[in-house]
Amino acid sequence: MTTENRSSTIRLNRVTKSFGDVTAVDDLSLEIREGEFLSLLGPSGCGKTTTLRMLGGFEEPTSGSIYFGDVDVTHVPPHRRDVNTVFQSYALFPHMSVADNIAFGLRRKGMSKWDAAGTVADMLTLVDLEGRGDRKPTQLSGGQQQRVALARSLVNHPKLLLLDEPMSALDAKLRKTMQIELKRIQTQVGITFLYVTHDQEEAMTMSDRIVVMNHGRIEGSGSPREVYEHPATEFVATFLGASNLLAGTLETATGEFDVTRHAYGSFRSPRHRTPAGLSGSVKVGVRPEKMALQPAGSPVADSDNSLAGTVIVSTFTGVGNQYLVAAPHGEQFVVYAQNSGQAFAPRSGEDVVMTWPVEHTFVVQPSKAVPAEGDSDD
Amino acid sequence: MSAKRGRWLGLYSWLLLAYLLVPIVGMIFFSFNDVLAGRPTVTFEWNGATLRWYRELTNVVGLPEAFWLSIRLALASMVAATVIGTLLALALVRYEGKRFRGRTAIDQTLFMNIAAPEIVMGASLLGLFASYHVARGFLTLLLSHTVFSIAYVTVTVRARLQGFDRHLEEAAGDLGATPLTTFRLVTLPMIMPGVLAGAMMAFALSLDDFVVSNFVSGTTLPFPVWVYGASRMGVPPQVFVFGTIIFLLGFAGAIASLAMSRRAVKSV
Ligand SMILES: Nc1ncnc2c1ncn2[C@@H]1O[C@H](COP(=O)(O)OP(=O)(O)OP(=O)(O)O)[C@@H](O)[C@H]1O
Ligand SMILES: [Mg+2]
Repeated sequence: MTTENRSSTIRLNRVTKSFGDVTAVDDLSLEIREGEFLSLLGPSGCGKTTTLRMLGGFEEPTSGSIYFGDVDVTHVPPHRRDVNTVFQSYALFPHMSVADNIAFGLRRKGMSKWDAAGTVADMLTLVDLEGRGDRKPTQLSGGQQQRVALARSLVNHPKLLLLDEPMSALDAKLRKTMQIELKRIQTQVGITFLYVTHDQEEAMTMSDRIVVMNHGRIEGSGSPREVYEHPATEFVATFLGASNLLAGTLETATGEFDVTRHAYGSFRSPRHRTPAGLSGSVKVGVRPEKMALQPAGSPVADSDNSLAGTVIVSTFTGVGNQYLVAAPHGEQFVVYAQNSGQAFAPRSGEDVVMTWPVEHTFVVQPSKAVPAEGDSDD
Repeated sequence: MSAKRGRWLGLYSWLLLAYLLVPIVGMIFFSFNDVLAGRPTVTFEWNGATLRWYRELTNVVGLPEAFWLSIRLALASMVAATVIGTLLALALVRYEGKRFRGRTAIDQTLFMNIAAPEIVMGASLLGLFASYHVARGFLTLLLSHTVFSIAYVTVTVRARLQGFDRHLEEAAGDLGATPLTTFRLVTLPMIMPGVLAGAMMAFALSLDDFVVSNFVSGTTLPFPVWVYGASRMGVPPQVFVFGTIIFLLGFAGAIASLAMSRRAVKSV
């Protein structure tokens, strides 16, 4: 699709990594474009760190290969890869000063102590730590240590910077500041970032592109908006933001709409919101903020889907109202209404009709019930 | 109540300290004791203070040689055992399964090495050297001392390695350091306190070993073996002087290592 300079793209080609009988990464293919901020998002244990460690050279794939441009680096050790890592624990050398930590990579490339000092000073400025070069890492706060770790990697101008949940040790407020800071630095230095997180909001705010992983596989990828608005699977739809989903059977109708039959009738959805190749058993759904509530028996516009139900819980959140609505067979839907003043505000126990535009309805592939221990048989 | 208990605890501590120190203080004290007549041997009757034994330190035939041999032997076996023991500790902590077959066997051997009575090791080493016709002397002493020191170094270094963050080494490699550079700049500085403690222990073990040395020394007598031989005819007072020197060396070493690990702890 994109006319990328192939020689600077990083590619994982059908990479699998097994530890004994645990498959941590399962036949994963991924292309990382030059200069982009790519986030790997997924639940704990889905193989994010393992993917990163294979790119860094700390693990060798069980099968498949990794290319930096046209060069196969699958078996190249870390110290000969043009990649740097910001570790979750920062891994700063405790017996060296902050400046020596940052100079470490430059010195290994043969730069003299004297020449390195200037570059290190610039780096300290970039991460807002001027004058702290003489301290030991333990004399810094968590956020400062994190910035030293970032500086230590960035100073080498790697092809790719790997960041494994670098914010997880910071408190919520500092995280927000650091997110903005990190994005600023990335734009400034123009280095490709591969950022691992299981915080979806963090991924949404910072990334050019998000890759959602589950059980060692990629479940969906695209810009934050694409992944949110056009989830490919049930997993993506529920992991990234909330979704109301109903099981049904997909019928490809004539015209530009798909029809999904379900227990209460059918919903229409735009053809382009059904992932290619899907048929038969599917789930049809809509995001909570796209829905509205009407009094029971209200007429429904032709451009809307609708479903009758009973309000179970109504929660006022300040900026809006959140409702939990039960359909007759018991399925529960979350409806989020903005506090715009004049909206209909039912109380719990009240019968209502949920409505939403057909254009916001999407169809996804149902995700299999999640096995507790991963695939352990061969 | 608690003041009383405190007093008892204080008394107990002082008694224990005295118990530990009396032999050493006695030795230092009597190294200044004069001998009135006859062949000079150690007596525990006070005959007046003198520096004579310090002045005539090298006058006893065989004693200075034995002392120097012990020092050289202790240094050499310390270096050998520290290098081998440190590498062994690294291997034991870092590798397992297919990459290190026989790991459990080595682990057990180390334990046996520490637990087995020295006399067993001495006798078996003697048997080994004899059956391969290795002449007893400095080499056999060095081999034997290295063997029984390795286990102590390994145990000490291993304790230090157990709390080591592996990500530090990965980070060094990530930043372009070869495995060897990583070891020199990251791993070794971090485990240094353990290595030093192990080395000190190896030095001390070698210096005061009698049992094994007695089996494998042949006619090359290290200090403890020489003293034992001399004691049958009366120990010359110079032995106490050498003993005092050894104690002071050990004391200085302990202080130095304490200071170094203090510094290391501060920087970690
Ligand atoms: N060295 C290893 N030996 C054995 N199993 C491993 C090893 N490393 C990872 N695994 C397993 O591989 C799977 C993926 O682990 P990974 O660390 O990549 O997950 P993750 O997505 O980073 O999770 P988290 O968000 O919790 O960090 C897990 O089931 C884990 O137990
Ligand atoms: Mg992880």
